[in-house]
Amino acid sequence: MAGAALPGRLNWQLARVVEVRRETATAKTIVLDAPDWVGHRAGQHVDIRLTAEDGYQTQRSYSIASAPEDTQLILTVEEIGDGEVSPYLAEELRAGDELELRGPIGGYFVWNGNESGPLQLFAGGSGVVPLRAMLRHRAATSNTTPARLVYSARTLEDIIYREELTDPTSDVDVQLALTRSWPEDWTGHRGRVDDALLDSATWPANEAPVIYICGPTGFVEAISRQMVARGHAPGRVKTERFGPTA
Amino acid sequence: MPPGQYVTLDFPVLSAGPTPRPHLDDWSFTIDGAVESAVTWTWTELMRLPAETVTQDIHCVTKWSKLDTTWRGVSLDLLFDGVTTTGAYLTAWSDGGYTTNLPLADVRDGKAWVAYEFDGQPLAPEHGGPARLLVPHLYFWKSAKWVRGLTLTVDDEPGFWEGYGYHNYGDPWREQRYQGD
Amino acid sequence: MEDFTVDGNALAGALAQYMGRDVSADQGTCGHCGAPSMIAELVVYPKAPSPVARCPHCGDVVMVVTEIRDTVTVHMNRYAM
Repeated sequence: MAGAALPGRLNWQLARVVEVRRETATAKTIVLDAPDWVGHRAGQHVDIRLTAEDGYQTQRSYSIASAPEDTQLILTVEEIGDGEVSPYLAEELRAGDELELRGPIGGYFVWNGNESGPLQLFAGGSGVVPLRAMLRHRAATSNTTPARLVYSARTLEDIIYREELTDPTSDVDVQLALTRSWPEDWTGHRGRVDDALLDSATWPANEAPVIYICGPTGFVEAISRQMVARGHAPGRVKTERFGPTA
Repeated sequence: MPPGQYVTLDFPVLSAGPTPRPHLDDWSFTIDGAVESAVTWTWTELMRLPAETVTQDIHCVTKWSKLDTTWRGVSLDLLFDGVTTTGAYLTAWSDGGYTTNLPLADVRDGKAWVAYEFDGQPLAPEHGGPARLLVPHLYFWKSAKWVRGLTLTVDDEPGFWEGYGYHNYGDPWREQRYQGD
Repeated sequence: MEDFTVDGNALAGALAQYMGRDVSADQGTCGHCGAPSMIAELVVYPKAPSPVARCPHCGDVVMVVTEIRDTVTVHMNRYAM
């Protein structure tokens, strides 16, 4: 087959769930074993197709949470109450379950590490997943590109990979913004991402950062508008919209 | 249960576009096309017509079925009373541009309604409110949300999903999901 | 209740299966309003029998991607690439 010439697998392939672990009350990490996996780039996603015994079928895109250098292929998925709960998915997906996977895909929302300019990341809720893959790739390749992450979530308990992202030995500047509630002694940002946070946590347009914004549609559009309004070239602002505002 | 369906207790929202939100003052329902003369009802006029409460199972082409759903609306038999037509088919059309086609026979004889209440409450916008077509014996894409009229046609004219490879008729009991089924 | 939309990135997999390559960064022109957009920027309604992509400028349908009996068909009747 002409597999070598094509960027990754373009057809559905079988994958097995190796492990499922809970990250937050609404997010879980799924470790997959895909025998035909060709590797991926940070920021890419896969399409997942699940068929349950009762006929229920779901197909959704999930960003890859692992770096290309990680030994395991990992997805982190948020369970949103969107009226599509089926008896099958209401239970935890279990190790040993089989599903179909297509990808990796997405050449647009990718950070390889050789792009010009510092790396500016904005995550809304589970939008942190592909950005986390980028940061892991940066660390795994000892890349010294300056990197900043602004991560907005409802509460502290909704922050995924909190320990990893707030590691004091990391050279990534991470700002957490909690929009719904925060601890009394919270020193991070309180409320939605606003001008003050953008002033302190982002590079100005003349530093020409490459900007990745991922999360609910409303969040992505608001941040994207603000960054363009601050003079960043639209071509430097890359977006991936996951769904409605939680 | 029709073949290939599973029962859900939810009411999934499927949509091809933004939810229309018309003002009831501007709303009307029209039967036109291959008819002797078109008829139209304002919202107020629709609300004055005798309505029925019906309990039906509904079946979506995406495989979920919802049993014993309760609707209130006006029977199409009543709306077609007095309408003279040479058309054997119709295209239902909606706010937002959605269309679906049906044989006229499939909306007569107690098989179809313009429904404006679900489960005893005004039909929610995401489920097709203020009013939707209700044709429960066919896959639910035929029950056009946000319906504003039926255009009678001499020839069968594929609607939105029918034009993209979905079955022209859509009988869940013969599992007619896609063209060629 | 907000409309559930994602963007054209969600179609990249099906489009790649159909076209043989990743087209998310490709530009196209809306057949209704003439405005240009990147595939990644299309407004996609994923909760439909098949995903429907609309022009981010005028909102009209530009693309429908069906996966019927394991065959991906990209109906791109209103989008010029």
